[in-house]
Amino acid sequence: MSDPMRIRAQVQGSGAVVRVLMSHEMETGLRKDAAGKTVPAWHITEVTAALNGTPVLTAWWGTAIAKNPFTQFTIKGAKSGDKISISWTDNRGDKRTDEVAVA
Amino acid sequence: MSRGKRSVLGAALVFVAMLAAPAFAQKSTADSINQYRALLADGNPAELWEAKGEALWKQKRGPKNASLEACDLGKGPGVAKGAFVELPRYFADTGKVQDLESRLLSCLQTLQGFDAAAVAATPFGRGEQVHLEALVAFVSAESRGLKFKLPQAHAEERKMLEVGRRLFFFRGGPYDFSCASCHGEDGKRIRLQDLPNLTKNPGDGVGFAAWPAYRVSSGELWGMQRRLNDCFRQQRFPYPGYASDVTVALSVYMGVKSEGAASIAPSIKR
Repeated sequence: MSDPMRIRAQVQGSGAVVRVLMSHEMETGLRKDAAGKTVPAWHITEVTAALNGTPVLTAWWGTAIAKNPFTQFTIKGAKSGDKISISWTDNRGDKRTDEVAVA
Repeated sequence: MSRGKRSVLGAALVFVAMLAAPAFAQKSTADSINQYRALLADGNPAELWEAKGEALWKQKRGPKNASLEACDLGKGPGVAKGAFVELPRYFADTGKVQDLESRLLSCLQTLQGFDAAAVAATPFGRGEQVHLEALVAFVSAESRGLKFKLPQAHAEERKMLEVGRRLFFFRGGPYDFSCASCHGEDGKRIRLQDLPNLTKNPGDGVGFAAWPAYRVSSGELWGMQRRLNDCFRQQRFPYPGYASDVTVALSVYMGVKSEGAASIAPSIKR
């Protein structure tokens, strides 16, 4: 069970600035545990953002992204009240989607 | 990499993933450290712990299937706002001066039926300790921006201040170290870390007023208990024990000295 994301979306100029904080271990697969066994890779592979259901961003992520990643981007033309949904998928097939209205 | 260009609305402009430290130009060390800190501060993952802690505060859990909404942190049952900046303080029901974490332990036992001693003996970051971290983040966040003002009206509180002061200056261990060896003067640092002078108010959001905090290096949220435990390790002192009187007394000393400093907890640390 994954923890919810924290998403903030605020109108700025003619668009909205979206800031997303995700809760994820982001294991690289290169670390070893105390017993010397490799900790298997476990990280987000794809992040998508949609504005009122229309995809506006897709990103492929890998092992170089930090634990509990933070991401920020601007969507042109987004207005107050618009729905922004963020989804991620990790390499174990886990998915999570959270939605927020532009403030 | 962005397929978003298909979008009618014209897609993403800036896309920032927090990857690494910025390039250090020809600036003073302190400037560069401050720039790095400012970059980290936007999007502090401690928020994830705050959200988790808020849910845990209200959730019915434990053998007694109760929430913590009746937990008295010093401002009355269930009141979290403003409680953190007045802790540690004396609690009549336990007859002890308690900090946030030892008080939460008491509530976990009396309200929810957990075994406080077992939780205290659990290593950091495991089992019920994971929940405590989140609760600590939530409660401290409720006092963000408020100024520290620890009560000193009760004799026990004044006794703990004196015990804390003596502990702070107590030298020992293989390095002949005390807390004051590193935290008793202005302008000291270890490598890139500024060391706050904890014998006086080091300022808003510095020292005692900066913990609990998210540690970027380990990706964990540290409460004051874990912070102090690590200070003891660095001094090569024996482990003081979770929620022990030693740790509470040191918190009383630092908290009283920090009177008037605004709390920024939970903050973010390298």
